[in-house]
Amino acid sequence: MSTAAAPASSVPAGARSGWWEAVQPAARDPILGVTEAFLADSDPKKVNVGVGAYRNDEGKPVVLECVRKAEQIIAGKQNMEYLPMGGLVKFNDLSVKLAYGDTAPVLEEKRVAAVQTLSGTGACRLFADFQKRFKPDSRIYIPVPTWANHHNIWRDARVEAHTFRYYKPSTRGLDFEGLMEDLKKAPEGSFVLLHACAHNPTGVDPTADQWKEMSQLFKSNRLFPFFDMAYQGFASGDTVRDAQAIRIFMEDGHQLACAQSFAKNMGLYGQRVGCLSVVCDNSQQAVNVKSQLQQIARPMYSNPPLHGAQIVTTVLSDPELKEQWYKEVKVMADRIIGMREALKSNLEKLGSSLPWKHITEQIGMFCYSGLTEDQVDRLTKEFHIYMTRNGRISMAGVTTGNVEYLANAIHEVTK
Amino acid sequence: MAVAVDVSRFENVSMAPPDPILGVSEAFKADTDATKLNLGVGAYRTEDLQPYVLKVVNKAEQLMLERGENKEYLPIEGLAAFNKATAELLLGADNPVIKNGQIATVQGLSGTGSLRLGAAFIARYFPGVKVLISSPTWGNHKNILSDAGVPWSEYRYFDPQTVGLDFKGMIEDIKAAPNGSVILLHGCAHNPTGIDPTPEQWEAIADVLEEKGHMPFFDVAYQGFASGSLDDDASSVRKFASRGFEMFVAQSYSKNLGLYAERIGAINVILPTADLAARVKSQLKRLARPMYSNPPVHGARIVANVVGDSVLFDEWRAEMQMMAGRIKGVRQKLYEALLSKDKSGKDWSFILKQIGMFSFTGLTKSQSDNMTDKWHVYMTKDGRISLAGLNLAKCDYLADAIIDSYYNVK
Repeated sequence: MSTAAAPASSVPAGARSGWWEAVQPAARDPILGVTEAFLADSDPKKVNVGVGAYRNDEGKPVVLECVRKAEQIIAGKQNMEYLPMGGLVKFNDLSVKLAYGDTAPVLEEKRVAAVQTLSGTGACRLFADFQKRFKPDSRIYIPVPTWANHHNIWRDARVEAHTFRYYKPSTRGLDFEGLMEDLKKAPEGSFVLLHACAHNPTGVDPTADQWKEMSQLFKSNRLFPFFDMAYQGFASGDTVRDAQAIRIFMEDGHQLACAQSFAKNMGLYGQRVGCLSVVCDNSQQAVNVKSQLQQIARPMYSNPPLHGAQIVTTVLSDPELKEQWYKEVKVMADRIIGMREALKSNLEKLGSSLPWKHITEQIGMFCYSGLTEDQVDRLTKEFHIYMTRNGRISMAGVTTGNVEYLANAIHEVTK
Repeated sequence: MAVAVDVSRFENVSMAPPDPILGVSEAFKADTDATKLNLGVGAYRTEDLQPYVLKVVNKAEQLMLERGENKEYLPIEGLAAFNKATAELLLGADNPVIKNGQIATVQGLSGTGSLRLGAAFIARYFPGVKVLISSPTWGNHKNILSDAGVPWSEYRYFDPQTVGLDFKGMIEDIKAAPNGSVILLHGCAHNPTGIDPTPEQWEAIADVLEEKGHMPFFDVAYQGFASGSLDDDASSVRKFASRGFEMFVAQSYSKNLGLYAERIGAINVILPTADLAARVKSQLKRLARPMYSNPPVHGARIVANVVGDSVLFDEWRAEMQMMAGRIKGVRQKLYEALLSKDKSGKDWSFILKQIGMFSFTGLTKSQSDNMTDKWHVYMTKDGRISLAGLNLAKCDYLADAIIDSYYNVK
């Protein structure tokens, strides 16, 4: 079939020249690029505390037992048909129950529009595109700092983005006064991105009272709460406690939206399973909103992938598997809490004069260490320890086998 | 303390119209008539009109289950073994483009997601450049280009007189487009018409693209599914590659591996140098990251396992030939039924000349409505029927419906 051809590198006569001039090599993704660099390192002592993927105490990835069982149950499936654009209906129902509570009034009243998405990223992106389409002049307020990809998402959705203060370096805790001040200045009708629990990258969460105060402000100033909940169950080990911010806002009558991810809490990272839900006035509006979300999904990927959603549905709809899941999530959360305590006590034992209580006060997968970029670079160069340059340590990568080494290295670069 | 419920920010969000293609299946499901026939969405059905999961897919999944692989994130560009396999399937493993690293391949969310990545790249790096799409084309092409912010216009393609290709119109319209436009072409088994250019016509199309400095963008959703042969169905793409074109190619494994629900495909960009391929790949990743971060692993592993095992690969080829063969068989039976029932002398042979899952019947919207309302035959309003949803037993009934609609409805 092939004819004698001109050398493959020649450009055919008359072809538009310079199609690709403007294409520069993209910078490495700040988070995913860390793992790439780690994999390329051959030093036996290397430690990866970069990307937020859970590791067991041997430093190995974990597939939950309840997930393995679910896969056995769905094995040999005779259905590969396209899901509806909004995804697996049963999955959506179970997801929103998890987020809002099994007997939440908004669910009984069918006021929640819910669609299956490509994990948390896909949920955020669908919402950002929806916001742009229906509230084109509205702003999104994003905390400082946040997961880097949040900025990419709202930027590519072409929504005007502003920031609000969140993290206070001097206390390594929440800058609540700054947060309230900045959000008070947001115009009515602005959308605000909130991390429901286990803030990424800082691990700093508001208290219940602070959430309540924020809820009142959102009410009086007509701000729209958008919750990114990527760690439900994973933060404290308790799925109900981890959703408390959402429950507080719901009690105050907010009509919020929520992006859920099952990447971490069910260990389904690569399966890309998530859910976007939007609370509406009534059931008809929920139908309308869902139909419009589907309109956005159709030209992006048509319909979401099946396998991961089937796993989640199987686990959440079987009482035994669900119980097992609750236990396994608690094991993961507890191991991380244990490693926080170990890292802190190791640093104190080494005689570090710096304050390290934030390690155990922060919650979830990440610890915002307070390390500078130079210190992080030294950790990588001298100690083969990989983390993102904002000083974020993924506690999931810390084990009893490497916590001393890590503490030593941190002490070395900070003393 | 409950505060009065605010009126929703989205109170004036109206109900979106049902998707013209996916909405058909929903309407079909709601119909209780026993004679109903779903010729809407292009998903393969067996002779018993049941969905079909390929045996090699079940085998691959079983292997994956036994190996107990982990569920870690894929890199943004997807599974390396899948990307390698898919580029080689498209171009042939010994193709110089592959040997020289002149191809950027990124795993995408089936054909739709891959097209969207390509469109988003065009919007960002070729701002103002227009994409020309065939008239008609798969309905979602327009949505993809519009949502990506890419201007588009149409080139003539379907000739209602011959129920065949309007080759003259196609060439004229492509020539009339501004130099350096992007031309969206269906690699094989054109959707919705089933009408493909002949090899000679492909050469002529390539000549015009060359002359005008246009860039081809191939949508390859049916490789192996059209003729039953992976290599034959890729001949148009390979021809253009061998002529030195820089181009985009979107692939899907929904139909040929029956992996509809797992969303597995790829966007490929063929470039003059390996350095450019690396740069383009890095920018495709930057577009994917804020869409979904990294693609789903399940479908990619299935494809990699099937293609990477020579026994499974051969079994796959056989299953593809079986599927393509069944469709050729119903085309033949439908044609014979139409011939025997319609004595007017109308030429129904286009049914045999068209290829792939779809047939463009030439029925108008009101005639298509009659098919549904009177005969409970579900199809899209552009007159497209999916032969994958037809079996030998129903050919007579369908012929009756088509003849009634064609002659008795204006």
